[in-house]
Amino acid sequence: MPRLEQKHSLATRLFHWINVPILAIMIYSGLLIYWANDVYAIRLGGITIVKFFPDWFYGALHLDHRLAEGMAWHFTFMWFFAINGLLYVAYTTWSGEWRHLLPNRHTFAEAWQVVRHDLGLRKEPLPRRKFNGAQRLAYTGVVAMGAGSLLTGLAIYKPVQVAWLTTLLGGYPLARLEHFVLTLGYVAFFVIHITQVVRAGWNNFRAMVIGVEVAGDEEISYEYAGRPDGAPREYASRRTASTRSSAGRRTASTRSSADRRTASTRE
Amino acid sequence: MTRSAEDELPWPLRRALEFDERLAQGTFRASRRSPEFPRSAARMPRVNGSIGLDWGLDLSAWRLQVVGAAGDHARRSFTLDDIKALPRVEMTTELRCIEGWSTVVHWAGTRLSDLAAVTGSATCSGRPADPIGNAADLLGYAALETPDREYYVGLDMASALHPQTLLCYEMGGQPLTPDHGAPLRLVIPVKYGIKSLKQIGTIRFTDRRPADYWAERGYDWYAGH
Repeated sequence: MPRLEQKHSLATRLFHWINVPILAIMIYSGLLIYWANDVYAIRLGGITIVKFFPDWFYGALHLDHRLAEGMAWHFTFMWFFAINGLLYVAYTTWSGEWRHLLPNRHTFAEAWQVVRHDLGLRKEPLPRRKFNGAQRLAYTGVVAMGAGSLLTGLAIYKPVQVAWLTTLLGGYPLARLEHFVLTLGYVAFFVIHITQVVRAGWNNFRAMVIGVEVAGDEEISYEYAGRPDGAPREYASRRTASTRSSAGRRTASTRSSADRRTASTRE
Repeated sequence: MTRSAEDELPWPLRRALEFDERLAQGTFRASRRSPEFPRSAARMPRVNGSIGLDWGLDLSAWRLQVVGAAGDHARRSFTLDDIKALPRVEMTTELRCIEGWSTVVHWAGTRLSDLAAVTGSATCSGRPADPIGNAADLLGYAALETPDREYYVGLDMASALHPQTLLCYEMGGQPLTPDHGAPLRLVIPVKYGIKSLKQIGTIRFTDRRPADYWAERGYDWYAGH
């Protein structure tokens, strides 16, 4: 019998959706800044394969001659980007959700299964859990990239006050390149992320908006394995009342399967 | 100036830049220096901007005007030889343009702080500036402009008196060329290149926040590194 299961906490959803416009503004204003010295390209043997960026790209998005505006937006919204990101990491650490997100010893093998599955090279179903190995790598990686953007950004924002950091990152020109490449990384992340969300379907997407997902009898539960201090915590049980009102009662079988999963996740 | 846009920026963004500036000023340390490079790493930077440069300037008639708290009637003027008589400093630092490019350049000149010490013009009392011992006596800002006043920059005093802030008369071991700001230009590695004004006409020390050419065109007034 289908029922609703809590999947994403309110905090996680807020951090996620607040980050969307902030990151968009940071990338857009970053492009306004980059235009003023758009020297990066991928060249092979003297031949330019990709130029960042062709004139039609600037023209289509009206990115040209707006350096001052770009800097003002960038140096305003950097605070929101940093604060939202730091709060997300703090929340994930405190709540124990990091256990679903950080790669573990199974992650790389599982990520490889996911890649083969998504390319149609592997027919067996993927392991059912909140985040598979590929997701763990992607969601941990993109947070690490965020930290990288803050550090490389600081290095080129205050290259005298934090000269040690700028030097550590290879110097001012290299830190600027690193800052740019990280942005390309977000774009790549975005494309794959959107593709996967579309593939996963409406139920999965809606869960990132309203928090709950419709689950069938055979589905897993997303109980937490425990808190960082090691004490088990029945996350979903705190929500039983609200879940029950909207989706009927949780069955005993779900709970026992959740317990089993808790045990196996904690191993 | 309207409430909705201040110096070509929506006012909330201007407020944010001013917040960033207060934070930067509060955490600024004169002891933090722009990294220095071996002289062999130095290149000549591109010529980027000629606003306020007078190609026909008579270098023999040129004087640097220095104005302090006492005002215009107490202005001092210096020939290039007067400036060269002050302690000579050479350094190889990065010129970082606000556009995003950077070039390592070898500079020679004299510290702006040494000039300020000689004239006593950076303080209210007229005594030599003493940022550590008597910070309260310092004026707040330095304002530089070209002889024709077409280009002008404002600097906070801490940055103006930074030991790497030079009145520069040589680049790459050669006397300044007109397009790099002969006879005397500013070099201030704790700021973006827009603040390194070429062909200095007047240096004014003041307690009033000076106008700044690029800040009036939507850029951050502080523009500090």
